[in-house]
Amino acid sequence: MRATTPRQDLLRGMWNENPVLIQMLGLCPALAVTNSVENSIAMGLATFFVLIGSSLLVSTFKRFVPHEVRISTYILIIATFVTIADMLLEAIVPTVHKALGAFVALIVVNCMILGRQEAFASKRPVGRSLLDAAGTGVGFIIALLMMGAIREVLGAGTFLGISVLGPHFEPWVIMILPPGGFLTLGVILLFLSWIEKRRAVRPGVRDWPEGVASGQKAA
Amino acid sequence: MTGPGPAPRQPDVPAARLLLTLATAGAIAGLLIVVVFQRTQPTIQAYKAEQLRLAVFEVLGGPDRFDTLYVVGATLERQVPAGGSPESHEQVYAGYAGDRFVGYAISAGQPGFQDMVRLIFGYDPARGTIIGMKVLESKETPGLGDKIEKDSSFVAQFGNVTAPLVGIKSRDATGDPHEVDMITGATISSKTVINTINGALARLGPLLAARMAGVP
Repeated sequence: MRATTPRQDLLRGMWNENPVLIQMLGLCPALAVTNSVENSIAMGLATFFVLIGSSLLVSTFKRFVPHEVRISTYILIIATFVTIADMLLEAIVPTVHKALGAFVALIVVNCMILGRQEAFASKRPVGRSLLDAAGTGVGFIIALLMMGAIREVLGAGTFLGISVLGPHFEPWVIMILPPGGFLTLGVILLFLSWIEKRRAVRPGVRDWPEGVASGQKAA
Repeated sequence: MTGPGPAPRQPDVPAARLLLTLATAGAIAGLLIVVVFQRTQPTIQAYKAEQLRLAVFEVLGGPDRFDTLYVVGATLERQVPAGGSPESHEQVYAGYAGDRFVGYAISAGQPGFQDMVRLIFGYDPARGTIIGMKVLESKETPGLGDKIEKDSSFVAQFGNVTAPLVGIKSRDATGDPHEVDMITGATISSKTVINTINGALARLGPLLAARMAGVP
């Protein structure tokens, strides 16, 4: 595994390896609960909490967990934090908890979280794992916020419940329905890959990934 | 097998160690969950009770107080029979303005267009009319089915309509007191509300009538 700096560990998940927009992980909540900014924030924070908690425990106890039972142990740890997040949400923000419905419980099976444990936290020191978890969590929140903002503004004419498009705007209801999730994600991905292509055709502008820059012929 | 195989595996971890790891992880997980559960449960219960209390006041047109009655067999009782838990019995709420009985608040649910629609409604058994209706839980389609809770003119119809309810399209309105004007584009959701109320009254109506006979 290539050595990385702490800064890279933190920043990687936020954009260059964004869990939703680049790695295509955690798409179920990203499509299902981003029909408003409020729900996106709540889901993002709940997932962030689970990521940080799980990475902390997995990384701390990695020496004691035999290889054979590691996945079961990770899932157990993740499920514990999800249950805690579920109860906390219900106690603190009951209306948001109601809006998120079953999707809070489904954070357990968000492969983004298990992926970080298996690929990172189980092999790296605690501090690095927390940075990685924080970066990935923030990246997830960024992706959800992008979708939530687009869908709520177009689908309801509001942002965080505050009217932004005036009383004469006829909401595109489809944007807050399930098809709106797919449409929004599709358009965002299209836009990102268009930008990527434009950067690629202009040499020098593109910041090559490390492996490419150092010359892969050597490998 | 011949040829180069996979790298030699580490010696097997004893089964006891695997069990111990999982058992320890399970115990810690259980402990954490129980602690958080005990801390959050009172808040969650209080919120639910408060929501229900507000809903009962709303659908009964703001009574001064209400009593909780439990459906026990074919009668309504003020107390749950010894050994039973309050949650295991269906509850009906009797509202009073001063000493005058206003009506019952009944909560019921049926599957709607997407998922269960749960609602609570106020019923005046003396006049046979619905006093008010409030949707407690619904995942109906935003912009269409969710009008059963967000369209004030639809909800307002349940302020004074005689049971059993009959859903009609607005062009067929005849002014009959049983009629409820359904929402265009949300026929299934509208019918769910109407059927839920009719169903609950068909089921509980005899009990309410029997109790009314005994109420001074």
